[in-house]
Amino acid sequence: MKMNLVQAINLALKQEMEKYPSVILLGEDIGKDGGVFRVTEGLWQQFGDDRVIDTPLAEVGIIGTSIGLAIAGMKPIAEVQFDGFSMSMLDQLYNHAGRMRKRSQGKWHVPLVFRVPHGGGIRALEHHSESLEAFFTHMPGIKVVTPSGPYNAKGLLISSIRDPDPVVFLEPKRVYRAIKEEVPEEEYTIPLNKAEVVQEGSDITVIAWGAMQKVVREAVAQSKYSVEIVDLLTLYPVDRKTLIDSVKKTGRCVVVQEAPRTCGYGAELVATINEKALLNLEAPVQRVTGYDVPVPLPKLENYYIPDATRINKAIENVMSF
Amino acid sequence: MKMEMFQILNEEGKIVNTRDMPKLTNDEIKAMYEYMVLSRAFDDVALKLQREGRMLTYASLLGQEASQIGSALAMHKEDWFAPSFRENGVFITLGFPMDALYQYWAGDERGMTIPEDMNALPVAVPVGTQIPHAVGLAWASKLQGKKSVAVVYFGDGATSKGDFHEGMNFAGVFKIPCIFICQNNQWAISVPRKRQSASDTLAEKAFSYGFEGVLVDGNDVFAVYKVTKDAADKARAGKGPTFIECYTYRMENHTTADDWKKYRDPAEVEMWKRKDPVERLRKYMESEGIWNENYEKGVWEKAKVKVAEAVKKFEAVEPPKPTDMFEDVYAELPEELEEQKKDFE
Ligand SMILES: Cc1ncc(C[n+]2csc(CCOP(=O)(O)OP(=O)(O)O)c2C)c(N)n1
Ligand SMILES: [Mg+2]
Repeated sequence: MKMNLVQAINLALKQEMEKYPSVILLGEDIGKDGGVFRVTEGLWQQFGDDRVIDTPLAEVGIIGTSIGLAIAGMKPIAEVQFDGFSMSMLDQLYNHAGRMRKRSQGKWHVPLVFRVPHGGGIRALEHHSESLEAFFTHMPGIKVVTPSGPYNAKGLLISSIRDPDPVVFLEPKRVYRAIKEEVPEEEYTIPLNKAEVVQEGSDITVIAWGAMQKVVREAVAQSKYSVEIVDLLTLYPVDRKTLIDSVKKTGRCVVVQEAPRTCGYGAELVATINEKALLNLEAPVQRVTGYDVPVPLPKLENYYIPDATRINKAIENVMSF
Repeated sequence: MKMEMFQILNEEGKIVNTRDMPKLTNDEIKAMYEYMVLSRAFDDVALKLQREGRMLTYASLLGQEASQIGSALAMHKEDWFAPSFRENGVFITLGFPMDALYQYWAGDERGMTIPEDMNALPVAVPVGTQIPHAVGLAWASKLQGKKSVAVVYFGDGATSKGDFHEGMNFAGVFKIPCIFICQNNQWAISVPRKRQSASDTLAEKAFSYGFEGVLVDGNDVFAVYKVTKDAADKARAGKGPTFIECYTYRMENHTTADDWKKYRDPAEVEMWKRKDPVERLRKYMESEGIWNENYEKGVWEKAKVKVAEAVKKFEAVEPPKPTDMFEDVYAELPEELEEQKKDFE
């Protein structure tokens, strides 16, 4: 069936809830209202108040109780309404979710999933447009997953739900309704350490994830170069083999990231490429990123988020190095 | 814990509590009414502009005018104001330019330029996060031997957050001149008040922090004015904080991105319509002989003209420059950012 990313996630949640009674959803306005992005639409009606839980307005409570629920054998899928409001939850994620296995000498683990509508581009209010993947990937013990379209969203979410470790699941909110794809009704999984070469090419590798995938694909559609596009899908643990093989083949690379530049996830990729493929490079790897400023409100937002012009300019720079 | 709801003006516009009725001149009462009408006119046009795509997501204050204007009028010029995102009525009453408010809600951050002589914080979107800031502002005023207080606004939903607990606790422990105005409008988007707390009232929470909580009819402008003024006098006298629960109702959608029909009973909305704060004051003024049809027409016309002027002014503003995003991030732009800014040359 053709569906968008919202419907694909909704279907994955529904099927996993039907299959596993321990799966419960926690969040704000996820019940009768179906979530502010309608991702949980219909689930409260099907599964009731005990499994689709509108919590008090308290993000630390949501993630903190999810940790306890998970340790005690439930499978909580916690939602935060918008990326910016996840900042208060970092304490629980960093100090507890990611370390419980270690701190309890392997006795307890925290198999929760934390769903985060992520990134900008929807003309929203302040704090509704943040790209925070680097905060999460910097936390030992936590996996970080980010789909780029409906098909991979369903498979990745099912894998995340079945994973024994805490998974932060970053949903590119500007893609929620922007792409429709064929998504199988039956369940399938996509492993949490596999990147995808979505377009083969021989001149240059462009690496992107989440919402930036769509931007990259559109940007290079008319490129005069043979561009290879890698979609990371899982940011931690990242599929280093796929991206290094690609860079070794093309010898050139551009990394595209929506988040601010400094200490962004892209910097980690560049370091990895330098460590593993420096001698294969024909030019320094370039980054296209947001700026080191608070994400501007909608009037200036489009100047902040990487676009086709900036991506093609970076490709040109690398090609003509 | 059972708490009495403090009320002066009932739903029929009658004074039910003459003892506590503040001494207000007719002109002061009219000013209250006119600010409430102006806020309503501003709000109405904001919703219209949003529908036409001329503004972005907007949170209406419809139904909460008495809570906002009543409390704002009890503040002194030098007092601190820490808003959430629904306090346009307070902003307007304190003299914040309406064109700037529209500009801000249209996605242009230059609209949040706070006037020179106004001690206001910018709009806080992350729920409840402004509460400890206000406690800090008021604490500074105490440490500096000043008479100013801080007034912080937030909703029923915000009382669930740790920020609320920590702010309230500091205020109690250090006897800080902070006034907590909780507009309990019964809903946090689709989540009803009962889902935020199992306690009967929100006001009673204050007592566990060691200070006074007041439950007030939030659609009664006299009552809200009176309790806020008393709280401010008390704070100025060094007697510490007060928590005020304004019991009111969000008549509109949560924001323009919401549809209340998905989760609220229309009968509940109808019931609250009968408690309308503006209509209530109007009835009182009519019975006192300070309201008639002519006056009403004049008040609305004046309000509409002011609002129309604000719309014209905000829509005439030049769009911001892309490089504006680098302004006001640091006192001095670091070299790294200078370089990033060059992308726009
Ligand atoms: C920390 C945080 N979580 C979630 C949101 C999304 N959100 C915006 S307003 C709101 C409900 C707020 O309810 P309440 O505090 O009662 O204020 P009201 O909107 O009713 O004025 C929510 C959940 C937010 N802005 N900040
Ligand atoms: Mg509320």
